[in-house]
Amino acid sequence: MSTVQTSMPAQAAAAGEPSFWSRLSGNRNWAAFWFMLPTAAFLILFLAYPLGLGVWMSFTDERIGRAGAFVGIENYQWLWDDSIFWLSVFNTLFYTLIASAIKFAIGLYLALLLNRHMPFKAIIRSIVLIPFIVPTVLSAIAFWWIYDSQFSIISWSLIKLGLIHSNINFLGDTEWARASVIFANVWRGVPFVAITLLAGLQTVSPSLYEAATLDGATSWQRFRFITYPLLTPIIAVVMTFSVLFTFTDFQLIWALTRGGPVNATHLMATLSYQRGIISGRLGEGAAIATAMIPFLVAAIAISWFGMQRRKWQQGSNND
Amino acid sequence: MSSVQIRDVRKSFGNFEVLHGVSIPIEDGEFVVLVGPSGCGKSTLLRMLAGLENITSGTISIGDRVVNNVQPKERDIAMVFQNYALYPHMTVADNMGFSLKLRGAKPEEISTGVKRAAEILALTPLLDRYPRQLSGGQRQRVAMGRAIVRDPQVFLFDEPLSNLDAKLRVAMRTEIKELHQRLRTTTVYVTHDQIEAMTMADKIVVMHDGIVEQMGSPLELYDTPANQFVAGFIGSPAMNFLKGSVKVNGAAYFEGPNGVKLPLKSAPANSDGKPAVYGVRPEHFTIADDGAEAEIVVVEPTGSETQVFAKLGGEQVVAVFRERHLFNPGDKVRLKPDPALVHLFDDSTGKRLDS
Repeated sequence: MSTVQTSMPAQAAAAGEPSFWSRLSGNRNWAAFWFMLPTAAFLILFLAYPLGLGVWMSFTDERIGRAGAFVGIENYQWLWDDSIFWLSVFNTLFYTLIASAIKFAIGLYLALLLNRHMPFKAIIRSIVLIPFIVPTVLSAIAFWWIYDSQFSIISWSLIKLGLIHSNINFLGDTEWARASVIFANVWRGVPFVAITLLAGLQTVSPSLYEAATLDGATSWQRFRFITYPLLTPIIAVVMTFSVLFTFTDFQLIWALTRGGPVNATHLMATLSYQRGIISGRLGEGAAIATAMIPFLVAAIAISWFGMQRRKWQQGSNND
Repeated sequence: MSSVQIRDVRKSFGNFEVLHGVSIPIEDGEFVVLVGPSGCGKSTLLRMLAGLENITSGTISIGDRVVNNVQPKERDIAMVFQNYALYPHMTVADNMGFSLKLRGAKPEEISTGVKRAAEILALTPLLDRYPRQLSGGQRQRVAMGRAIVRDPQVFLFDEPLSNLDAKLRVAMRTEIKELHQRLRTTTVYVTHDQIEAMTMADKIVVMHDGIVEQMGSPLELYDTPANQFVAGFIGSPAMNFLKGSVKVNGAAYFEGPNGVKLPLKSAPANSDGKPAVYGVRPEHFTIADDGAEAEIVVVEPTGSETQVFAKLGGEQVVAVFRERHLFNPGDKVRLKPDPALVHLFDDSTGKRLDS
């Protein structure tokens, strides 16, 4: 850009007064700028501005219906001494770690299974995607009925089987509630992991497995020494996305438990909504939301370094 | 090292039989090339030998052991794949040492084995590279190194040179042959390129549509092809075939298309008037006054020889001359096949007719 600007006066003098507009529309660098402008405007308006506004709001005492004044880090000081906030941080980390780990394990297992030759492969692959297609709120409502304290189909089945004698209070008991929301999240998240890893598996040439078989590898060794290392780049991508989605999860929790019982399932996102929108303390809600940023940046940083091209991926691939 | 016996092996995929009873004896230390057009079942046979495909019926033995139900890793064979199948995330050294590592060899043992193989193949400076950082020929050598490290009973090669450019292919051909002369390991090599087969093999097995058409040494196949398929497949440019019939009228001769008279050394018994196919290799034509008249269509000089496409009795034939004739399209020449070197084939079965 700088070279263009310095050369423009000279050009104008030499070419004898081409209009400012024709220079602006004819120059290649300016053309690039015009092409980027709509996207940049969209991103600034709908992503950067709200983010900046949220961060600013977290330093004010703004409430719904009342403009706030700058209060410095007062909101954060409040949160620092707020045990519910720390409980929500713990819940979020617990929820993210456990759910992501299970999603990874089941997703990888499903991907390996679907990568085999079997009858009706295409249909089974599409069925696996179903949880991903159903809108979150709809599946959350379905789970809400499944976990209902009186009409739960799980309790009903277990009672009929004679395994238990009374209904399980899935969403009323703290431990059960945590397990239940994690299960619902896993159910929703597994297809994404499974299908993405399956796509990764399909890029591994079958002749590598044949070569490894002839080299004497057992099926576990083929997974350990061939599949897993070749899949790591895809695993890094898919797990980053999975962690980000899980960490910021809101819909499922809000529809199922609204953070209860006794805040046992309150995530940072739901707590932020409750404090900011429901209770109207926008500044405090914004502070909770802003507090999520360091965690998300850390997750992205880990995957950024994890995803960097490994040495073996460099060079041409013309085999 | 060990011998390999393939006895009446059949292979079906569902109801579709691709190998219809193939028997090939392979001696200890022999270099056998399976050659044939694509779809003839040669790669399937090799994969059955490796244990990557089941054997529908028949037996394959390595040494004295029938291996039909032996796991690939217990067959003590090494295979070089067409696309090399190098592990992209392992260095050259790790690729070559992988089988030893899986066998539980000590690190010193692995590095000694890898170094030995790397020296044989001149790969020592590349041991720390990854496959992506290598050229096609280097990858090919690593794939061979991976096979050598294991010191197997049998080497299997599945069209190993088809991904290389023409010049490199010739160089690697020599390298593989040299390697075999040095290691003397029993080798089964699959290719569709008859030049590769001719230049490398101790024994060529020509396959076609799931059966063995003929097996023998390269020159046996070249000099006495058992049938028209082998005659046409081995040799480049391919043998010329002319339809017609055998005449025994005092001296034997062959009456080709449009009554062209072609010489025969002698006629097969009871063949007077019998329809047959006359086969003559391009290099067995000479120019002689008593030859059959032909009209030149195209002349292709290659420097070392001249290929001449001509119409002989209305049929296009190709002749190759070592001498530098100055022909022009449209010229008439008299082409005479060497009667001692021509072949006769049965018109309906394509089988060789010996006189």
